[in-house]
Amino acid sequence: MAEAVATRIPVKMTVNGTEYAAEVEPRLLLVHFLRDNLGLTGTHIGCDTSQCGACVVYLNGESIKSCTVLAVQADGGEVMTIEGLAKDGEYDPVQQGFWEMHGLQCGYCTPGMIMSTHSLLKRNPNPSETEIRHALEGNLCRCTGYQNIVKAVQYAAEQMSGGSAPTS
Amino acid sequence: MVASAPEKLVGKPIKRREDPRLITGAGVFIDDVRLPGLAHMAVLRSPYAHARIVSINADAARAMPGVLGVFTGEDIKHINPLPCAWQAPGVENKVNTPRLLALDEVHQVGDPVAVVVTESPYQAKDALAAIEVDYEELPAVVGARKATTPGAPQLHENAPSNIVFRWSCGQDADQVDAALAASEVQVRERIGNQQLIPTAIEPRGSIGRYDPGTGEYTLWATSQAPHVHRLLTAAFVLGVPEQKIRVIAPDVGGGFGSKIYLYFDMPLVLWLSEQLGGRPVKFFEDRSENFLHTSHGRGHDSDVAIGATKDGKITALRVDTFANLGGYLSTIAPGTPSTLYGRMVAGCYKIPNIHVGITGVYTNTAMVDAYRGAGRTEASYMIERVVDLVANATGVDPAEVRRLNFVQPEDFPFDNGLGGLPYDSGDYEKALNRALEMVGYEDLRREQAERRENGDRKMLGIGLSSFVEACGLGPSQYMGREGWAAGLWESANVRIHLTGKVVVTTGSLPHGQGHETTFSQLVADELGVPFEDIQVKHSDTQGTPFGYGSYGSRSLAVGGTAIYKSVAKVREKAMQLAAHLLEAAPEDIVYENGGAYVKGSPESGKTIQELAGAAHVGYDLPAGMEPTLEATTFYDPPSFTFPFGTHICVVEVDRDTGDTEVKRYVAVDDVGNVVNPLIVDGQLHGGITQGLGQALYEGVVYAEKGEMLTGSLNDYAIVRASMAPMFELENTVTPTSVNPLGARGVGEAGAIASTPAVANAVIDAVSHLGIRNMDMPLTPERVWRSMAANT
Ligand code: FES
Ligand code: FES
Repeated sequence: MAEAVATRIPVKMTVNGTEYAAEVEPRLLLVHFLRDNLGLTGTHIGCDTSQCGACVVYLNGESIKSCTVLAVQADGGEVMTIEGLAKDGEYDPVQQGFWEMHGLQCGYCTPGMIMSTHSLLKRNPNPSETEIRHALEGNLCRCTGYQNIVKAVQYAAEQMSGGSAPTS
Repeated sequence: MVASAPEKLVGKPIKRREDPRLITGAGVFIDDVRLPGLAHMAVLRSPYAHARIVSINADAARAMPGVLGVFTGEDIKHINPLPCAWQAPGVENKVNTPRLLALDEVHQVGDPVAVVVTESPYQAKDALAAIEVDYEELPAVVGARKATTPGAPQLHENAPSNIVFRWSCGQDADQVDAALAASEVQVRERIGNQQLIPTAIEPRGSIGRYDPGTGEYTLWATSQAPHVHRLLTAAFVLGVPEQKIRVIAPDVGGGFGSKIYLYFDMPLVLWLSEQLGGRPVKFFEDRSENFLHTSHGRGHDSDVAIGATKDGKITALRVDTFANLGGYLSTIAPGTPSTLYGRMVAGCYKIPNIHVGITGVYTNTAMVDAYRGAGRTEASYMIERVVDLVANATGVDPAEVRRLNFVQPEDFPFDNGLGGLPYDSGDYEKALNRALEMVGYEDLRREQAERRENGDRKMLGIGLSSFVEACGLGPSQYMGREGWAAGLWESANVRIHLTGKVVVTTGSLPHGQGHETTFSQLVADELGVPFEDIQVKHSDTQGTPFGYGSYGSRSLAVGGTAIYKSVAKVREKAMQLAAHLLEAAPEDIVYENGGAYVKGSPESGKTIQELAGAAHVGYDLPAGMEPTLEATTFYDPPSFTFPFGTHICVVEVDRDTGDTEVKRYVAVDDVGNVVNPLIVDGQLHGGITQGLGQALYEGVVYAEKGEMLTGSLNDYAIVRASMAPMFELENTVTPTSVNPLGARGVGEAGAIASTPAVANAVIDAVSHLGIRNMDMPLTPERVWRSMAANT
């Protein structure tokens, strides 16, 4: 058992536009790679069964739970975390929506919630309330009761579609 | 010159100033704290609910890569067990608290047995797997009622029949029994309130660092009460001088009570750091550990006897409750079922004969302590079920039964007969009427009757919950009588720097509530300074006055009042200084719009910034005045505050599947004066959702031998986005006279009100089938089985 730990595998990936290379244990989870190797602690860990969604990031354009992917599986890939969302000091409309609509309280679920929302709005720019609630099933929040999260998503949808009213 | 009136901020839905860091991933939670040389602690936990530890062999683990040390209960048996700081008042409590690591015996699955400290977290998990423990399994017991029966396995020698305490309040049981026997209508029921896991999305964690140079310790912890954690760690566990420990709570990802308590890891990481010559040691539990071992809530099993008149007036009530406290006592465990539950069982009603008896019990489960709404949630569920049982037995509409029995506005201050503090004020009927109107009660009752007539598959249920809670904890003298082992006031320091910038230090602290925003609004208005010029500091014991922390909906009502009073002192001093500088009599000075001036001449007045500068440099102060504008207040509230309201839930229950869908949720709350309606609504949304979770989905299940069957988020169902409705909220505003802000508190109201509203709705939907009570969570299976048994 003690010997098996020594093996390390080289990985390379682009995270928030910057290229990184490292040698990692094959079992290292992507979330730990991001947090511990790269210091990107905005991606959170809330469970050990892939339920809570606090760890959601983009991998190659798809939102994934980074606690469920090994760092080596992301080799050669492109990752975006919550830290990469704001552009030129401007919040992404989803971040803005969460702020405007009080879509967060403790903020622990928030990075994952924002990343999942971002991905939802890429797939479906004008989701209904029901679609929003279903799309966020994999993201748990214990503080907000979700009402203001739904409003935050609607706000972002409206901003991104140039101000047209979202359906509810 | 004093400017014209700045915009008032109190009462406005100001966007939170803490959000920018949290929406960008720049928040710093415990797992994000980075320290050089950080070592990692992982915990080996008991797989048995009750067992003797025969031997532990850690030799193989010690030899593994990266292992800095392995420690067992034997290694730290000189360290005191954790303290219990709130016992049931006036009766004997058989106290057994956990050691940092189990010594000879374990009493719950998940009990910490050994720890490893390693260079990296992955190595720690590897090393755990190499420790061998030989256990001798002992019989375990689950279920508080069962644990007290003859022949049940015993957990602790000093607690025969596993009883921690027996405590009661109200009239004599005999007197109440006689009143029950004489009542026209009599109902008996067994009412449960299942054990819950608080499930803050951030688990618990701690980092300890010892400084060999100074002999000082720093503890970073997911904490709702850093000063209290310092006090308990120093004086009761490690025996270190209190001033040698500093406790810091970084951003805290939700608490709901579970982060009030002192846990084994907090003193342990400090001690371990000392053993490692000052390397910081970190513990961050995973979700499974959080479920097994971070304190749970609720866990009641009660026998209820109700007496009423034929027209629905409650004449007598007797409640006998078994309260599970788990394998040991958590920090304030006995106080919840006694003071916070027992004394509030009467709810918003005048009940002439009432007796509440509590038996606190050890069983082989996780420790049970206060969880959002603590005690008052269980009380409101109890009394609101009782009221519906009366409605069911008499045929009087549930709204009418509430009206008939309500405490009336002229009855305040009202003593409910259970030995607690009097309710300050309220208008319960007004809130009920408004909620009925909002929901369209009469139309709904008509629709319900029609659906029943037609035998519709979707059965309509309407659930009412009128509640009152005691919060703003709390008046120290009273709490002392109630067995609380300390004070419960709150501190605040307000300081204006030479530059006119304001720093507010508070002993309360946020874990999602938005203290920085709310308190800044308050100070901006009271002082007339720009919102941006105010900084609210909290969560660090270093250089700050003692504070009791945040729980029991006390941050604004108690902590906010301390700030308010400090601001008033600062303002008073500024006015004296202004009188001196303007060569006017102090009584001619007014303070307004951010400055002080002689009545009628604001143009020649001094702004607070100018006065702060003058006070700081001290060139020209009135005789005897000390430099700087700064004040500290320790505010001890004279009483609790009593928020109230009515919530109504409308559900459809499927007759074929037992599935419940929440169609509407209407809430009328009176939390007194509101500083930030955005935040107040958010607290209500979250609280209501947690209570709804208890009614429909959540519940810890232990197997007979004490293994947890709901050990992950796969099996323990907290509410997801698709399970929650949109809430329709309104307020009535009855300012409390208990504090100068008129604020009652809102952190727990939603959770206290919603569980009975939702449960009453589901039971109402099936009441025509002969069902009058069911145990929560009201899952489709449970509702379906209940229907099947009644047809
Ligand atoms: S940490 Fe919970 S889903 Fe990834
Ligand atoms: S804001 Fe606290 S968990 Fe979502």
